[in-house]
Amino acid sequence: MNLTMPLRFTSVAAILAANAAYAETTITIATVNNGDMIRMQGLTEDFTSKNPDIKLEWVTLEENVLRQRVTQDIAAKGGQFDVMTIGTYEVPIWAKQDWLVSLEDLPAEWDKDDILPAIRGGLTVNDNLYAAPFYGESSMVMYRKDLMADAGMEMPEAPTWDQIAKAAEAMTDKEKGIYGICLRGKAGWGENMAFLSAMANSYGARWFDENWTPQFDTEEWAATLNTYMDLMNNYGPPGASTNGFNENLSLFQQGKCGMWIDATVAASFVTNPTDSTVAEHVGFALAPDNGLGKRGNWLWAWSLAIPAGSDATEEAKKFVAWATSKEYTALVAENEGWANVPPGTRTSLYENEEYKKVPFAEMTLNSINSADPTNPTVDPVPYTGVQFVAIPEFAGIATQVGQEFSAALAGQQSVEEALEKAQALTADEMEAAGY
Amino acid sequence: MATQHSRSAARLMMAPAVILLLGWMLVPLTMTLFFSFKKYLPMRGGDLGWVGFDNYIRFVTSSAFWPSVTATLVIVLGVLFITVVFGVLLAILLDQPMWGQGIVRILVIAPFFVMPTVSALVWKNMFMDPVNGLFAHLWQAFGLTPVEWLSQASLGSIVMIVSWQWLPFATLILLTAIQSLDSEQLEAAEMDGAPALSRFGFITLPHLSRAITIVVLIQTIFLLSIFAEIFVTTQGSFGTRTLTYLIYQRVLESQNIGLGSAGGIYAVILANIMAVFLMRIVGKNLDA
Amino acid sequence: MARSVTTQRKIINTAAAWGIGFLIFFPILWTILTSFKTEATAIADPPVFLAFDWTLENYEVVLERSNYARFLWNSVFIAGGSTLLGLIIAIPAAWSMAFVPSRRTKDILLWMLSTKMLPAVGVLYPIYLIFIKMGLLDSRIGLTVVLMLINLPIIVWMLYTYFREIPGEILEASRMDGATLKDEILYVLTPMAVPGIASTLLLNFILAWNEAFWTLNLTAAKAAPLTAFIASYSSPEGLFYAKLSAASTMAIAPILILGWFSQKQLVRGLTFGAVK
Repeated sequence: MNLTMPLRFTSVAAILAANAAYAETTITIATVNNGDMIRMQGLTEDFTSKNPDIKLEWVTLEENVLRQRVTQDIAAKGGQFDVMTIGTYEVPIWAKQDWLVSLEDLPAEWDKDDILPAIRGGLTVNDNLYAAPFYGESSMVMYRKDLMADAGMEMPEAPTWDQIAKAAEAMTDKEKGIYGICLRGKAGWGENMAFLSAMANSYGARWFDENWTPQFDTEEWAATLNTYMDLMNNYGPPGASTNGFNENLSLFQQGKCGMWIDATVAASFVTNPTDSTVAEHVGFALAPDNGLGKRGNWLWAWSLAIPAGSDATEEAKKFVAWATSKEYTALVAENEGWANVPPGTRTSLYENEEYKKVPFAEMTLNSINSADPTNPTVDPVPYTGVQFVAIPEFAGIATQVGQEFSAALAGQQSVEEALEKAQALTADEMEAAGY
Repeated sequence: MATQHSRSAARLMMAPAVILLLGWMLVPLTMTLFFSFKKYLPMRGGDLGWVGFDNYIRFVTSSAFWPSVTATLVIVLGVLFITVVFGVLLAILLDQPMWGQGIVRILVIAPFFVMPTVSALVWKNMFMDPVNGLFAHLWQAFGLTPVEWLSQASLGSIVMIVSWQWLPFATLILLTAIQSLDSEQLEAAEMDGAPALSRFGFITLPHLSRAITIVVLIQTIFLLSIFAEIFVTTQGSFGTRTLTYLIYQRVLESQNIGLGSAGGIYAVILANIMAVFLMRIVGKNLDA
Repeated sequence: MARSVTTQRKIINTAAAWGIGFLIFFPILWTILTSFKTEATAIADPPVFLAFDWTLENYEVVLERSNYARFLWNSVFIAGGSTLLGLIIAIPAAWSMAFVPSRRTKDILLWMLSTKMLPAVGVLYPIYLIFIKMGLLDSRIGLTVVLMLINLPIIVWMLYTYFREIPGEILEASRMDGATLKDEILYVLTPMAVPGIASTLLLNFILAWNEAFWTLNLTAAKAAPLTAFIASYSSPEGLFYAKLSAASTMAIAPILILGWFSQKQLVRGLTFGAVK
């Protein structure tokens, strides 16, 4: 098995390509341990039986570890992986560095035009598609219809933040361990900052003005953070400052949350009766707004990309095309039912009569379509990205800002202090980066 | 007396170990030094030229620097204190006559075999989780509000997790030391009417000083670089960002190799200050 | 000299020691128990201790999802290889330090220990670049060498403290009898040093097994040991305490069993010459 080692690190790609015709090629796939990816691993026999000359090696890691590994590897040009699972944040940055292989030459039957325009736009740089979306998501309100009915309230299809606050108040019953609203509080650019940046958009706040000056000292950010703190402190679960997507998902599934505003992919988990105790009571609504014309929902797609250093580009393309194809969707539907197919990537899926019966399908599509990465907030911005800013420095900055906000949520500092620190450290980091 | 011949043979035998370690120290250190004077951003095209001491200045003037040094010291000293104090008490207890001492020793030693990642995961999810954790259930059973361990008592929680991992190590070294204590001396003191506390203070504790020194030295080496426990539990939030973690954020999260390397050099300096400090004490004790 | 104690005192001691031992061991016990529960029982309120329907389902899922055997073998190879390699290099060094000490011996020893204090994160990037150049990424050999270097100072030091306790007169005597340096090492020193070497081996095997920074960052698929195995089960979507517990149990069980069986040797190894 070590025979591949010397080959891997020589640049005789030609020999390899020649070998590939009759020898087995191994492609190494780095992926997240999310449910949809685990399912994909279980279904690979379909791929390997059609491509007997390709062997798949999986490196399945928890999200934070995965990010650290693939970023390190691509930045140092380590060439460890042939397929990487990355998101809409990484794709444009890496593509600009010429670190990714263009996917424009995927076969015609893969049907690039079928990909939802909002998602495709986020993965395209200079008219070239650099990653194939495995599943796409926006965020929306998931709420308990039974608790709303008990409180004598009704959730509008497109609520405002005020309505959310009222609903949260009505549903909270701490004696019974029911908290009106669960939101992300765990620090991280992909955790609390994803939610808060998206929420800030609906309040008209932005990360940077057009001169790349950080905007945490504005009224809009103060309003965003104060609303968030009020909601969480009055109606949120204990320990909210360490709750991320996973923690909130399990709280909601255990029936401890009245509402949860988070990724649309969660819909299939909370409506799945084997994992969720509240499966039949879940309703969906668009992410809230504040009357300014922007909603607090984000846009994200876990996507498969091929690093430029890969020595098995052709084989990797075959795999990427398989995993993100319509046939794969059909395969999952056949094995696990339509509610469990990877959502949010293809128009054809949402036109499928079977899929239209899935309760959250329409709301997911509407949420995805209402996000606009090039024009995320009320005022103009110099960056793209709804819940992130597509510059390399963002992940580092936002994680630190997230830690300040998380500390404020834990009661260790005030909102003003948190915003002050956020402003200072962002300014500092941006200066270091040369803006 | 060693002959000239055996001296040179000895040098030869030491050579591989010394040369390897020297290489292991110098090569990365030189490269780190090299990067620390550069503006090196892989995400912005890599090497962007020399910047003198900019990275060094930026690293210390960042508002995160001093809190990270404090967090590092709190964790190291906190764990040392807990493991040594409880280690001594536990060792004394285990030294008493009892039934099933071997089994108790097996129970006590077990946490030492658990990977840091696993122990952090277990503590975080199954014990400290404010809703589903065992502690939360326990608190609720007594009608108390569950503690949000990892945010409200973040540093304390991490000290606790790490202490759990290292307590067996301290206990076992101290137990072996206590077992070698001359019991006649203790008995004589007891007959002279010396109270238990002063017997402990004047006989047991001095006898243990050497073992305590070893515990402190070895643990400090490992504690200065703890990473997994923080990565898994708090990711550096709530004041748990140690110097090691701060460097991690600079190098991997911000992908600023120059800045991170400068941080690495500071960490080396801090480690060496600790080392000199420790070696003074240990050096004295090792001769004894 | 047995200290005379009353039975009452002994009962109190036993109760206290067992109580504390149980508390310290409890997190591990709880993990093992949880690994046999269903996901629903794992988070049941109030928690269930023993009276639940035991199931092997979690282990089946984990075994099906991951190539456990390969992770395990990589861990064994890397931990074992680095320890053996370290011993081969450290034994001569420790021997010469113990028997032909010079004024600098202690300085060298302490310097060696101080190399362990270098923060790994700070040198990750340089080491990664070196590994790329040498084609060592995701290879067991590369990782074995790195872990050997990390633990070498501890190995040298432990061996040094053992060797120092071997009475020098025996060596003098064998030298008088005309033994060569080789004979000295092979026939005199080695048998006396075996217990110390065994202890060193054990402790370093454990340290290498549990190392979680380099093993995670320098591997991908082929050389990934159990630390990477665990990283694929931590914080998944949803709450999978039972599966996490099963994976955790599988990651720590081999070393836990090894440690328990060899705890006598290990305990001696842990003394670091602190006790005469």
